[in-house]
Amino acid sequence: MKERRYDNISETLITETLSNGLTINIVPRPAFTKSFAMFATDYGGADRRFKLGGSWIDTPAGVAHFLEHKMFDMPYGNALSVLSANGASPNAFTSSGMTAYHFECTERFEDNLRVLLSFVSTPYFTAESVQKEQGIIGQEICMVEDNPGFVIYNNLLRCLYEYNPVRDSVAGSIESIAEITDKTLYHCHEMFYNPSNMTLAVVGNADPQRVIAMAQEILPKEPGEVPERDYGAPEAAIPHQAKISAEMEVSAPQFMFGARIRPERDGIARLRQSIIGEISLAMLLGPSSPVFNRLYSDGLLNGSLDYELDYTAGTAMLLAGGESRDVGAAMDEIISELRRVTADGLDRDLFINSKKSYFGDMLRNTGSFSTLAQALIEGAFADFCPLDAFEIIEGITVQDVQAFVFDNIVPEKLALSVIEPKK
Amino acid sequence: MKATTEILMPNVLLTCITTGKFKTGCLSVNLLTPLCRQTASMNAAIPCVLKRGTATLPDMATISAKLDSLYGARISPTVRKKGEIQVIGFTSDFPDDAFIPEQSSNLEDVSYLLGEMLLMPSTQGGLLRKEYVESEKEKLLERIRGSINDKRAYSMQRLAELMCSMENYSVYKLGTETDVESITSQGLTRHYSELLASSPIEIFYCGSAEPARVKAALENALAALPRNSEEPDIGTEIRMNSLEEKPRYFEDEMDVTQGKLSIGFRLGDCMEDPDTAAIKVFNAVYGGCVTSKLFMNVREKLSLAYFASSIVDMHKGILAVSSGIEFDKYDAALSEIFAQLEAVKNGSVTDEELKAAKRAVAGAYRSTEDSLGALEDFYLNQALIGPECSPSELAALVEDVRKEEVVSTAAGVECDAVYFLRGIRKGDAD
Repeated sequence: MKERRYDNISETLITETLSNGLTINIVPRPAFTKSFAMFATDYGGADRRFKLGGSWIDTPAGVAHFLEHKMFDMPYGNALSVLSANGASPNAFTSSGMTAYHFECTERFEDNLRVLLSFVSTPYFTAESVQKEQGIIGQEICMVEDNPGFVIYNNLLRCLYEYNPVRDSVAGSIESIAEITDKTLYHCHEMFYNPSNMTLAVVGNADPQRVIAMAQEILPKEPGEVPERDYGAPEAAIPHQAKISAEMEVSAPQFMFGARIRPERDGIARLRQSIIGEISLAMLLGPSSPVFNRLYSDGLLNGSLDYELDYTAGTAMLLAGGESRDVGAAMDEIISELRRVTADGLDRDLFINSKKSYFGDMLRNTGSFSTLAQALIEGAFADFCPLDAFEIIEGITVQDVQAFVFDNIVPEKLALSVIEPKK
Repeated sequence: MKATTEILMPNVLLTCITTGKFKTGCLSVNLLTPLCRQTASMNAAIPCVLKRGTATLPDMATISAKLDSLYGARISPTVRKKGEIQVIGFTSDFPDDAFIPEQSSNLEDVSYLLGEMLLMPSTQGGLLRKEYVESEKEKLLERIRGSINDKRAYSMQRLAELMCSMENYSVYKLGTETDVESITSQGLTRHYSELLASSPIEIFYCGSAEPARVKAALENALAALPRNSEEPDIGTEIRMNSLEEKPRYFEDEMDVTQGKLSIGFRLGDCMEDPDTAAIKVFNAVYGGCVTSKLFMNVREKLSLAYFASSIVDMHKGILAVSSGIEFDKYDAALSEIFAQLEAVKNGSVTDEELKAAKRAVAGAYRSTEDSLGALEDFYLNQALIGPECSPSELAALVEDVRKEEVVSTAAGVECDAVYFLRGIRKGDAD
């Protein structure tokens, strides 16, 4: 058990790697009532083709998400109900890169943690329960198709990527999930839910030693093989498709644009790149940026420009978007700003303020139990600690940000997804 | 954690929730005004126009740069509907001075900026800037039109509108498109001055600073606040029974793949002298948590809905069920949702159900003390309708709720309206 203190932000991080390969990160918060735990596997919607024992295996789209739904089934009943009945708020999500199970509670943390670790490591599926779930997930797939936020995002990914399976919906399709059987689920659970491919994060009023002891007691003792994945052929330098539009029941046109960025894979380099990337996006598109203020004053933007940087399934991308009555004009403005920045460079005062502002955002995110836990999980899968960001940010210069923008945020690399209101 | 309330000025109350456990502080200034059709849109427009520029920071870019320099402090305009009270103002959150890597006075700086935003807008010829008013009108119109984008929330909003058509509760917190369109810079400036002078104001601070420091910062920031001596009359009228003997049925058609079924009930007798703990536990047993009857039966056991849950509005005395269903499951889902309420009324609530519901509600109250935003909202609700206790005290009351209290709460609950957002029927589409 290693303990590291971060005095400038009054935090302590406890880390441990068990002999079965599981990494554990704990941030104790004794002044709070609640605790939050997240147990995750490095297995998401994009992990469809993988190599085990020398041969490549293909699985239908939607298995990781299907597993997430079915993991709560236990021989004794439903673990979700047990956790809820115990006063916890449990939930789970599947992204293209990971599946995570989590709960928050204000009492009986250890009982709840025991349930979490047990059900995630206990596969229990029957042909009937799998068939029933096909109906429930089918409904979910239909429901998200009504959600403009989902459609615009998925369409954009289909433009940015030609081969990487992140371009397919994490939940799969009605057709692909029809191919999933209880055997598929058992098999993928065995491959990806072994402790060497997993990580546990706890933030809250918890005793670190007891957390570690419980993980040791409940989870399998032996390390497992971590399957090698195939995310498809290398992508071309520019997006597969520059633009895509759809019509939906929305009140005003919505747009989202993005670019693939060249990801630093692991460790401090990756953490540093993500900080530089976030500051770049804030400077280019955030509330203090010239382009946001022009678009907003000119009525070309209804609310904010939202943006994020996302690392997943061996790739990374930046995404940004909003709502505009004239998407073409808004995009022209954004692109001419990118060209201006390429020619003139970035504003130094804006950089200094953006860095301060980002420091405040990090402080806020650290304050949130769930955001910090998720950051610790992402860090564990990519070999960095998110709390190091407070030190790294000091050394970041305007040149770093400029270099990131020149390399990654150039007009040629952008793809655009638009949702138009139905006529 | 300690909460203290004091009078800052006539009709201006400051509540400080003092706690050292957060890395950020939160400060909100809220003007309370009656929710009604005539003024809802103007009220909603005011904080949005005010955030556009102040006397010394004339546009959003300069305000934003100032906020960045305060280590990412944020100030957002807020419009909240609390029963039939429209609560408008600003909410801010900012890093606590203890964590900022240089000497700082974030609380004072943010308070001052908030005060300036509220009291010293950027004006032209004594009026709120026309360009800002016109531009914010456009944004409000888009937000109102945009309420159809989230079908679940939209169907709940339509339910309130239709079920309470005779009450001010039916008014959407942003008003209507027509009312927004008719806003002028003159009219808005006049309304703003009246609102500033006459609205009761509730201020909440949550963070590590001592109340005396907060009070001094706000007295300085709000020194120019005009106050007249009227005692404004605001509150929410609670209707005890459904409007008609039988539930009223409404539906809209839209191009959607999943239907949204929303059902509204009057809580009835229990609102005479509302026992928050008992009502919240009743709601959790019925549909407010994942061990509830609606979740376990309508969704899990019978697979009639993708989601089915209920909420209570303690301000108005309304219970509302929200569910997402396939169109052809309408009858089955509706009758099951009613049947589960009957079950609570008949007392078929197991010890396990009651225990789980109490845990969910008590847990939610306890964790309120772990979140700045939740604390702010809790104390705002408390200022409007009580009860006079801390979240953890309320959690303790929840734990003492008995099954009889849940059943007697359910006894007076009456369905008033059913709303269904369905797909376009084949054959009669145009």
